[in-house]
Amino acid sequence: MTSNTELAPEENALPEEPTDDRPPPVHRLLGMTDDEYRKVCEILGREPRSAELAMYSVMWSEHCSYKSSRTHLSRFPTEAPWVVVGPGENAGVVDLGDGWLAALRIESHNHPSFVEPYQGAATGVGGILRDVFTMGARPIALWDQIRFGPLDQPKNRYLLNGVVAGIAGYGNAVGVPTVGGEIAFEECYTGNPLVNVMCLGILREDELVLGTAGEPGSIAVLLGAATGRDGIGGASVLASASFDEESGTKRPSVQVGDPFEEKKLIEACLELYREKLVVGVQDLGAAGLSCAFSEPAARAKAGMTVDLNQVHVREEGMSAPELLMSESQERMMAFVHPDNVDIVLGVAEKWEIDASVVGEVQGGGSLDVYHDGELVAQLPAASLSEDAPKYDRPLGEPGWMEDLWSNTLTFVARPGIADSLLKMLDDPSIASPAWAYEQYDHMLFLNTVVGPGHDGSLLRIKGTEKGLAVSTDGDGRLCYLDPWRGGARLVYESALNVAMTGAKPMALVDNLNFGNPEKPDVMWQFRETVEGISEACERLGVPVVGGNVSFYNETDGLDIYPTPVVGMLGLADPIPAEPPRHDRVADGMELWVFGPERAINLAGSAFEQITFGHVGGRPSPPDPTMAKAAIEVAIRLAAESLSPALHDISDGGLIIAVSELCIASQVGVTASYEDWRSLFCEDPHRFVAAVPTEHTEAVATIAGEAGLPAKRFGIFGGTEISFERKGARGAVDLEVATETFYNAIPRRLEH
Amino acid sequence: MTAAVAVFPGTNCEHDVVYALDRVGIESELVWHRETDLSRFDSVLLPGGFAHGDYLRVGAVARFSPVMNEVKRMAQEGLPVVGICNGFQILCEAGLLPGALIANRDLAFICREVEVEVTDTETVLTRNAELGQRLRIPLNSFDGNWVDPSGTGRVVMQYVDDPNGSQGRAAAVANEAGNVVGIMPHPERAIEELLGSADGAVLLSAMTG
Repeated sequence: MTSNTELAPEENALPEEPTDDRPPPVHRLLGMTDDEYRKVCEILGREPRSAELAMYSVMWSEHCSYKSSRTHLSRFPTEAPWVVVGPGENAGVVDLGDGWLAALRIESHNHPSFVEPYQGAATGVGGILRDVFTMGARPIALWDQIRFGPLDQPKNRYLLNGVVAGIAGYGNAVGVPTVGGEIAFEECYTGNPLVNVMCLGILREDELVLGTAGEPGSIAVLLGAATGRDGIGGASVLASASFDEESGTKRPSVQVGDPFEEKKLIEACLELYREKLVVGVQDLGAAGLSCAFSEPAARAKAGMTVDLNQVHVREEGMSAPELLMSESQERMMAFVHPDNVDIVLGVAEKWEIDASVVGEVQGGGSLDVYHDGELVAQLPAASLSEDAPKYDRPLGEPGWMEDLWSNTLTFVARPGIADSLLKMLDDPSIASPAWAYEQYDHMLFLNTVVGPGHDGSLLRIKGTEKGLAVSTDGDGRLCYLDPWRGGARLVYESALNVAMTGAKPMALVDNLNFGNPEKPDVMWQFRETVEGISEACERLGVPVVGGNVSFYNETDGLDIYPTPVVGMLGLADPIPAEPPRHDRVADGMELWVFGPERAINLAGSAFEQITFGHVGGRPSPPDPTMAKAAIEVAIRLAAESLSPALHDISDGGLIIAVSELCIASQVGVTASYEDWRSLFCEDPHRFVAAVPTEHTEAVATIAGEAGLPAKRFGIFGGTEISFERKGARGAVDLEVATETFYNAIPRRLEH
Repeated sequence: MTAAVAVFPGTNCEHDVVYALDRVGIESELVWHRETDLSRFDSVLLPGGFAHGDYLRVGAVARFSPVMNEVKRMAQEGLPVVGICNGFQILCEAGLLPGALIANRDLAFICREVEVEVTDTETVLTRNAELGQRLRIPLNSFDGNWVDPSGTGRVVMQYVDDPNGSQGRAAAVANEAGNVVGIMPHPERAIEELLGSADGAVLLSAMTG
């Protein structure tokens, strides 16, 4: 390294008077506004060099800095006695008792998956795993929330196939089971699919590692894959801009995943943690080395001196900005006490991964980057994260909301119950996702007690009595019709799903997928959704421990529905002796419904959308008191083995909930109803349950104590799913229902 | 005596196998693929996963790992050698079992419980089972379709339904002596009722005779 020389300004000044025949300044090509560029000049007291500009452009991108959303995200409740690490680190961490911790995180990979579905989804999985094992946790399970346009369009079939193959190809090979998730289809995702991945890890209390660089003198060791030119500008160019017909040219911005390298990296890192060989760790995701040098240094209130020539590279001749911006996958930065460097390199050698010493932590806050013996960047490390712009973007309720709310559906005649049921079972959003999850290893590690195909997953922690439940849920349609109510209902639904496994909801992560934040309509949807989620979390006492925001989900000016996805973690201690599963219903059991009967409201229901192609009206607000009562009752029914099968009443309503139990258990049902519309209402405070006759008194008592209405309305048995009212009946043969339910997705892919 | 569980870079079922062996009363120890001396073990198990990433043909690189010399020695000495899933693929590539494993008939990964029937009880994996006994065991593979042009392979377990196109519906195959067995479904995943099935115990418990 050469001595610290004064940096000379470079040719990238703002044009005095922008004219059409001059090329645009580099910062704009990197996705940075003129104002942001001026701010960089202010921080540095001079024009930035190209390497510096590269670092600011990625670190200040929407994707990395949350500059449009930070103002609103502070609304989330984030504290609870059991929160060990809240938002801001690589993953949230909560205390499970008896020295056990859980780390969880959710991330989107929407834009890369549209450009290249296999690698986009695969690297989404790789990225979320690194976020979790960065904390010292072994990743034990993944969930996928994926959304596409309708399958009658070839492009959407291609995207679905590619994304599912990418998740399977990476997740199975890296050796972390994918135990649940959701697939949904809606026209608005045609130009902009959503791929959100959640990961859960567990660790012992003394294994927790943070993303700090440690004391001055600590050595930065880069572990894992070699750095190449892939993914340059992924965060700034791809993830933080809208799409148009030219998006195919952004393919080089998508990274390529290598699950084998990641598997070795996981094992090597976990060994480093076990042997207490690192003081801190930072994964390399969006913004690559720029982030891995600056964020840990900023957290440690320190600086760093770095030599880019020490970085092990995949190709020759990479420039400093390329090295700093590359988003090559499967890399980790470990901060190590100087005495331990050789041991760390030995562990890397054992696991057959590359490692290089690239920098040293220094006092003061300066990040000094050398390349080819020259100082190419010298900036305050903290300025890349802490001084990032923060926008309070204009927002306002869209003028069209009133029209949307008054656009309700009037039924002139009652539709056929059996026909409607079959039509919904054949809808890919409601039908079985088995086609996808049977391509995922969902059993590895021998923890999966309740796996995919259920409302919530339940994993046991070996060697303990504990069970961890997770439900991931997403919604677009309800949030489009009312983002506040939609956001709040989503949290209650997710909490109920966790409760139905016998677990108490304890923490939430969220992934907020929205359109273009520069539009006041979209920012209003965003704020309302955040408010709704926050209020529901407060009512339930569930902290938000992490999240991700994906903006610019628009193509050719068309925004997606506002689509929050949440992942709810619950703890069952002890794990139920006989955890409820959909396939545990038997002949002769009674069919019960728990929860209040409220005024009929089908706004936003799957029924209206599937049967009439209608999306309008205003969905009902949630009832927090009833939601809490339903959660409490569901936990007791599961924990005390009083009901072998429970199902929430969400997509498709009560009739679908009951049918799914019948199909999973291969047993029919005869049920009664009063108002046919009640069969299709969706309600986050209601659930159905199979109750063995010997437990009917006990469940009635439990519901009564909680103030939750409960009633028996049918009996399981026979070979038909039959709903009856005053002699009239709508019935579907169980075999036909089963065939329809499992074939809806595969038959649409056989083109 | 202790069973060796061989770990290649990219193997991922090793901890599950150790856990399952322990539940059936067999002590085991993980050995890294660079190990050159397994003389302290009286049996060896090759677990599932993606050895060396399986970027070439499955198992094609793993057969060259140093530990395979010892696996071959143990096979020749008649000691129990069992490969599960990727381990089965490696044993075929190493020439310890006939045939090879190619992509599933439908060219998709399959992860679900399947039913298999024991058709031969004269092997180190099936000797505690009864002839014709049906077992529910999870399948978890992309290249699970066994082909054996030589026709010499000895099928010791068959799928009841044909999930992947495997020749003779073979779910498990043994060498002539019966001490080397490859099995495509994962018996270690069927070890507790809590997780759906405990039918794998009858197979794994047989490894010590």
